[in-house]
Amino acid sequence: MRLFNNTNIPFVKYRKIAYVISLILIVAGLIGLFARGLNWSIDFTSGVAAKVNLTALDSSVEPIQIDELRNVLKNNGYPEAEIQHVGPVQDASFMIKIKSETADAEVSGNAKNEILSIITENFPKHVEGRDINQDVIEEIYEVGPKVGSELRTNAILAVVIALILMIIYIWFRFELLFGLMAIAALAHDVIIIVGIFALTGKEITIQIIAALLTIVGYSINDTIVIFDRIREDLKIRRKEPLDEVINFSLNETLSRTVITSGTTLITALSLYLFGGIVLNDFAFAICLGVIIGTYSSIYISSSLVIDLTHATKKEKRTAQKLSGRR
Amino acid sequence: MKKFSWRGLSIIIFICVTAFYLAPLAIPNLPGWWSNHVLKLGLDLKGGMQILLEVDTSELSAADARGAVDQNIKIIRERIDQFGVAEPSIQKLGENRIMVQLPGVSDFQAAENLIKQTAMLEFKVVANPDETRRVLDSIDANVNANLDRFPALKELAELDRELLEEADDEASSDLGIFSSLIRPGQMDYEVQFDSVRLVQELLGNADFVQMIPAGWQLALERANAENPRADRPIHVLSSAVELSGADIARARVEYGSATSTDPRIANKPYVSIEMKREGARKFERVTADNVGRRLAIVLDGVVYSAPNIQERIGGGRAQITGRFTTSEANELSIVLNTGNLIAPISPASTSIIGATLGSDSIRSGSTAGLIGLAIVMVFMLFYYKLSGLITDFALIFNVGFVLAMLTAFGGTLTLPGIAGIILTIGMAVDANVLVFERIREELDHGKTPRSAVDAGYKRATITVWDANITTLIAAAVLYQFGTGPIRGFAITLTIGIIGSMFCALVFVRSIFDTFIVTGTKKSLSI
Repeated sequence: MRLFNNTNIPFVKYRKIAYVISLILIVAGLIGLFARGLNWSIDFTSGVAAKVNLTALDSSVEPIQIDELRNVLKNNGYPEAEIQHVGPVQDASFMIKIKSETADAEVSGNAKNEILSIITENFPKHVEGRDINQDVIEEIYEVGPKVGSELRTNAILAVVIALILMIIYIWFRFELLFGLMAIAALAHDVIIIVGIFALTGKEITIQIIAALLTIVGYSINDTIVIFDRIREDLKIRRKEPLDEVINFSLNETLSRTVITSGTTLITALSLYLFGGIVLNDFAFAICLGVIIGTYSSIYISSSLVIDLTHATKKEKRTAQKLSGRR
Repeated sequence: MKKFSWRGLSIIIFICVTAFYLAPLAIPNLPGWWSNHVLKLGLDLKGGMQILLEVDTSELSAADARGAVDQNIKIIRERIDQFGVAEPSIQKLGENRIMVQLPGVSDFQAAENLIKQTAMLEFKVVANPDETRRVLDSIDANVNANLDRFPALKELAELDRELLEEADDEASSDLGIFSSLIRPGQMDYEVQFDSVRLVQELLGNADFVQMIPAGWQLALERANAENPRADRPIHVLSSAVELSGADIARARVEYGSATSTDPRIANKPYVSIEMKREGARKFERVTADNVGRRLAIVLDGVVYSAPNIQERIGGGRAQITGRFTTSEANELSIVLNTGNLIAPISPASTSIIGATLGSDSIRSGSTAGLIGLAIVMVFMLFYYKLSGLITDFALIFNVGFVLAMLTAFGGTLTLPGIAGIILTIGMAVDANVLVFERIREELDHGKTPRSAVDAGYKRATITVWDANITTLIAAAVLYQFGTGPIRGFAITLTIGIIGSMFCALVFVRSIFDTFIVTGTKKSLSI
């Protein structure tokens, strides 16, 4: 069975269309970033996040409505609490988040205990007969301001350092131009995904940072396989113009690109669909990343190499240099 | 295999190591030295508590600071051991942070309190009633003169004035605003439950502390465990520290006999303490000088009990009695035993994960993994036929290899770790796909299976290395910058990549060489 047999899709010819699409996505992402900003999670901003299950043992007790909970917290000194319903409707599971507004205004170290006592005092029927620590609390995170801002710096640093190390590796293995263009494609992926998170208001958690780095690793993987082929084809087809050689390489690697992206996407999708609430956003980011990363490896990085070689008139040199090495 | 080959040997080692570390997961009755090597689950899967503590070493020299952090770790470890947690982990993170992980802890508030204790144990003389009145009066006078610095008190004073105007009662209007928060109880002054929080805030306010005459301090008595809404006694103490935690040799919980004539210990738990030599001398002097007065045992600024000194006590033995429950007495004796923390600690972040969430995560994580694995395997089988089948075997091995290596290096499986394994499944086939696509191309060029396989591997190997090294770079950065679960993810991703490269370049290749493309075969199922 073969999906792509001797294809000859003129990827290079249509690269301008890809540029336009990417530009639109990037601009949309940037608008999202600047207009709405990122919704940093408690991990980065400091504050308290508590997930509590308030399903009463006694089934005759009316389930708690989200507004009731909101009012109770509001009247007890937490008007800024964000409350979300989690999981299936019949489960009274709620995520309560209280973020510190600024880095200095620390949410009191006792906030989590206070919230729990507010809940037990105001909803006695719903927690009756259940162990608070075992059954009611699903998870609680409390993050101090120092750790939060440190983590944010570290997260941004991590993504940047990973990108720089990759430029160096590709520079060493191929050529600086290839490295820079591969990273341009990566930056393209990261901006679009982060932009989508900004536009949808999804939270940037530590897990999302991990997802971004995985995507960076994955997308560069795709790009390198294609670059590798270009290098090899440049050696064999010395007489042909760069555009054609690159287009040929893209077609040769197409089936591998699609199959690998496909299997990775399948596992990421299965994580998204069956992996549970905790991993949901992580899996969502990976799915997006696989799709965008594959697209950018095929359309963006190689096309940028072509256009920049033309622009800098270094066509011959690039070809010579690459075919000269190994 | 007729002749010795490194490749064959490495495959045998690979399989044996994997089997060794996975066996404890599958076979229940293995000998101890073997079954000890079992995969550990992270807190996010098992449930439990994690606290990141920050040690405040700002007042210590660099050398002392290093020692203080290590000392604190030791003390915290002792406290946790006495608290009885299975497999706690206490690690130093960076310069002055301590990460404490307590898997399976259910009473997280008690655990948190025990760890957070700064345990400043002091013995101080309690003011007599005349002194107490004098101190309170002078606090009132000072506060009245500086009412603007205490908005909460000012508000109270204004409220009082309104209320009193209506009642036209002049008699009590001379009562100072701070004194109005406390009132004489049976033995001591007491603070009503509703005012406790305000008083606590005031005691923690540096401005307010300046209002207290020099040489004295105020301290609340600890809350009554059986009746948390009860009024709390407040004491005026001499600020001189007569004895400190360092003077204590050991403390233990004892029970008073039911027939004891002392109602404070009859049938109740109390803590008996033994002083060190020097401490015993100090204690003797204090008790001799202060017969008839009371000595307060103050832990972290809270009075635990304030017994009367009836006589001079030599020998360095004393009892702390109070309305203790057994667990409170236990907690107090732990704190006394483990001594003072040299540098104060405060929690920088805390996470608590319920056991239910953890087991849900394991279930949904493995479901997702199995479904993903199944689809990928079926696809490979259809697309590459026999060669796909070999890849499928390698894939299962790879997942086993990740789990085995995680066990071998004492790592823990976290939820992001599970995600890492699942993603590895998708990416692991990549190396094989690269090779297989190459072999197909070579076959298309009319090569025989034998030379197509050789050429395919030869050409694809460089690409496989190039592509995977970059992912390894990302994983390394992730490891360096991440903590806890994210490190777990980086580790599984790394092991997964190494495993998948081994599987594709050595394992699958060997099967090809030995069984598939033997000498005369004219076709290849790929």
